[in-house]
Amino acid sequence: MRLARTSGIAARLLSVLVTLFGISVFIFIVLRVIPGDTITGSLGIETGVLTPEQIDDLKRYYGIDKPLILQYFSWITSFLSGDLGFAYSTGVSVLTLTASALPVTIELALFGTISGVIMGIAIGMFSAKKPGSTRDFLGQLFGLLALAIPGFVLSTAIVTIMANKFGYFPNGYEYMTPWEDIWMNLQQMLFPSIVLGIAVAAPVMRTTRSALLETVDKDFIRTAFGKGLNSRIVQFRHVLRNSMIPIVTMTGIQFGYLLGGAVIVEKIFALPGMGRQILDAINKREYATVQSSVMIFAILFVTINLVTDLIYRRIDPRIK
Amino acid sequence: MKTQSSDKNWIHYYFKSTSGVVGAVLVLIMIIISICAAFGWTTHDPLTQNPMDALQPPSSTYWFGTDQFGRDVFSRAMDGMRRSMIVSIVAVGIAGFVGVLLGVLGGYLGKWLDGFVVRLSDVIFAFPAILLALAIVNSLGNSWIDTSLAIAIVYTPIFIRVARGPVLTIKELDYVKSVRVLGFSSPRILISHVLPNVLAPILVQIALSMSWAILTESGLSFLGLGTQPPDASLGLMVSEAQPMAAFAWWTLVAPSVFITLVVVGLNLVGDGLRDSLDPARRQS
Amino acid sequence: MSKPLIEVKNLRIETAEDSRTLVNNISFEVFPGEAVGVVGESGSGKTLTALSILGLLPRGVIARSGEINYSDSNLLASSEEHRRSIRGNQISMIYQDPMTALNPVMKLGKQLSEVLEAHDVLKDEAPERVFNAFKEVGIPEPDRALVSYPHEFSGGMRQRVMIAMALIMSPKLLIADEPTTALDVTIQQQILALVSEQRRKSGMSMLWITHDLGVVANLVDRVIVMYAGQIVEVGTVKDIFTNPQHPYTHGLLASLPKSDVKSRERLMAIPGVPPKPWMVENSCAFSPRCGRATVECFTQTPPLKTNEFTSAACFHEIGKNQ
Repeated sequence: MRLARTSGIAARLLSVLVTLFGISVFIFIVLRVIPGDTITGSLGIETGVLTPEQIDDLKRYYGIDKPLILQYFSWITSFLSGDLGFAYSTGVSVLTLTASALPVTIELALFGTISGVIMGIAIGMFSAKKPGSTRDFLGQLFGLLALAIPGFVLSTAIVTIMANKFGYFPNGYEYMTPWEDIWMNLQQMLFPSIVLGIAVAAPVMRTTRSALLETVDKDFIRTAFGKGLNSRIVQFRHVLRNSMIPIVTMTGIQFGYLLGGAVIVEKIFALPGMGRQILDAINKREYATVQSSVMIFAILFVTINLVTDLIYRRIDPRIK
Repeated sequence: MKTQSSDKNWIHYYFKSTSGVVGAVLVLIMIIISICAAFGWTTHDPLTQNPMDALQPPSSTYWFGTDQFGRDVFSRAMDGMRRSMIVSIVAVGIAGFVGVLLGVLGGYLGKWLDGFVVRLSDVIFAFPAILLALAIVNSLGNSWIDTSLAIAIVYTPIFIRVARGPVLTIKELDYVKSVRVLGFSSPRILISHVLPNVLAPILVQIALSMSWAILTESGLSFLGLGTQPPDASLGLMVSEAQPMAAFAWWTLVAPSVFITLVVVGLNLVGDGLRDSLDPARRQS
Repeated sequence: MSKPLIEVKNLRIETAEDSRTLVNNISFEVFPGEAVGVVGESGSGKTLTALSILGLLPRGVIARSGEINYSDSNLLASSEEHRRSIRGNQISMIYQDPMTALNPVMKLGKQLSEVLEAHDVLKDEAPERVFNAFKEVGIPEPDRALVSYPHEFSGGMRQRVMIAMALIMSPKLLIADEPTTALDVTIQQQILALVSEQRRKSGMSMLWITHDLGVVANLVDRVIVMYAGQIVEVGTVKDIFTNPQHPYTHGLLASLPKSDVKSRERLMAIPGVPPKPWMVENSCAFSPRCGRATVECFTQTPPLKTNEFTSAACFHEIGKNQ
């Protein structure tokens, strides 16, 4: 049994590595091959503040003057050895940029996911209690609107109302990390987390509701009532607990998506995270930054999916 | 073999659901609006500026008021809807065609082709939609074709998955196995047995994917990576409205309402299709 | 005549939305210490009747009218809290499929201690009582069972766990809904023996639901036969087996495989299928399949008529068996 279990995980890891390889090739094609000459050209003109060593590093990163396949390997080896390229305009290495931007995005994604999951489970439970009733309709309406109203609309509305009407807009000030000023940091995270939370709540609510409805009809729930357990205990200890697996899976997926999908929210609320890093790089034609940042996102997402998978294998005692 | 979509009753059943009807109506309205915009049948010209009438609230002349250049917001929203519609139809069309093709072939023929197709899906799935679309548009350009292509790539894997599933199940059905052994040609099996069963989930997915495509497209144009000013696009209108929204709410509300309504409509249609095409979900 | 432990009066169960009859006005009693078997095919309403006692009817089905009197109160009319306090405590139930009737992600020990918790047993008493409950039902290595999950056990063991769970509060009435149907014949026998033994020790009453008349032969004192939502015959086990008065019961007995090896008689099945309860509310439900039916059988519901043998709902009872 032990052997089978480890080889199960090993097979999974192998699969993940193959996917990562595929991802790197994909990114390479989309972000390097297609713009092709533009990048090669810009290395001559736009490298303003870079030192000659940095320019050489970049040339190695891009694999300039090499055949296509070698270009790819050149990039991959640079990337894996920690050379993520340099930003033309500032000379700062992408690695440094990422080191300060990533925590911001992670913090935002965490807050967004947690608030979204709490909202989603609560509304899902609310809806599932009486399927087909008015409360169910309201719950599902919420789910639909949360999905249909774009994040940028909600964000713009919040900015308009809060900043212009109430004069309260913590995101108008310089960003503070939690170590610098925890109170300011939390305030700055507040609105963007709400916006992201709403976006997360929609699928979580849907998953929760359908998982609950499916579980509630199961025989062991009848047994639970038949034992004399009260409604609250049955709901939480039996129904919800058994519905957790799809909910946990969905949570993991949402968290992964928030990391990369919070791009617009980061921009509107002026949070210096990875999303804003990519957007700025796109506007300034900093190709290396874009390429490396996107690769990092992909790695994170795949890793989170793997972790979610492992977690759910642990919480379901049936899986051996 | 009675398949889900060979049961002609599904249309009749679809219209029994209120939400399905509401969704269909919403989508229809938006399509009509888009067609009108395409023919130039808008209340005013979306591009004409009337600086004297700048930032007027909604009135009988300007149904949704005017923006900072005196342009009619309603007409611009109509035009923006047209653009979003075109992009999402083209994008989902490509994604659907390629995705279903790959999914069906991979599922049916199996082995390395299937492995490749699945792996390709996993790779594309690894990116959040907006991020991937951003990256591709960055490389390709801003035109509506580039945007459509970018969105098509983002949403191809879901069609692969949706098409592949039923194919795998059907392939294992005893009677299909026996028919194969008897030497019936693969294309014939595919067309007469596999496709009808794949049709239903694909229709559902088309509606849902279109709603996501519109969200992604408007997100891209919000970021300035799609339609360029002075052309009208819903996302762009929202971003342009930000400085003025506090005292000219209509500039923000109009494009937002258009987007929300069409996305709600498409989702309701998708759900309605799902319920009416799946015999298991129907109540007796 | 002692007072019945539980008395069902004119119980009528219908679908909630369109009021289709599922159980048509039935009445019966269970006395303290007695075991009653309820026999019927699927669709006869036997399971719904059992579920309604504890208020466990599934969604979309309700007990429309009637009384279920237990301990001086009508369970159908009392508060949910009152019913809750009785469940698992004074009246317990075990179910057909031990695979699905236990919570798959909760340790077995916890599933039992929950019952104690729900009925205000002190926390420190719990581990010992659970351990003893496992031992009582013959589960080997009870301390391992405490921390195991359902999927680690076989069907027979799981059924024992369910029995332990049902009996841990020493209920006065055990309702068993075909608990042996999903088990192998040998395991069946073990479970039947276990339940009989527990009954003997505690003197509790039992309501045993089954489709298999043969099972109840050595298990119960009285038998109730149900068909298409109605009670068609009631009697002692002996009388039912030797002198059934209702043609349906007679047919059921005739279709039982005889253990007599020399018997060369073919198994007799009753031709036809049982009707839906709501379609035969106003006639004798069995008439379409009955060889003795006359006009009145098709137009009136026969009332239960008691003769020297049993009580049968028939206009043409069979009389003494030749």
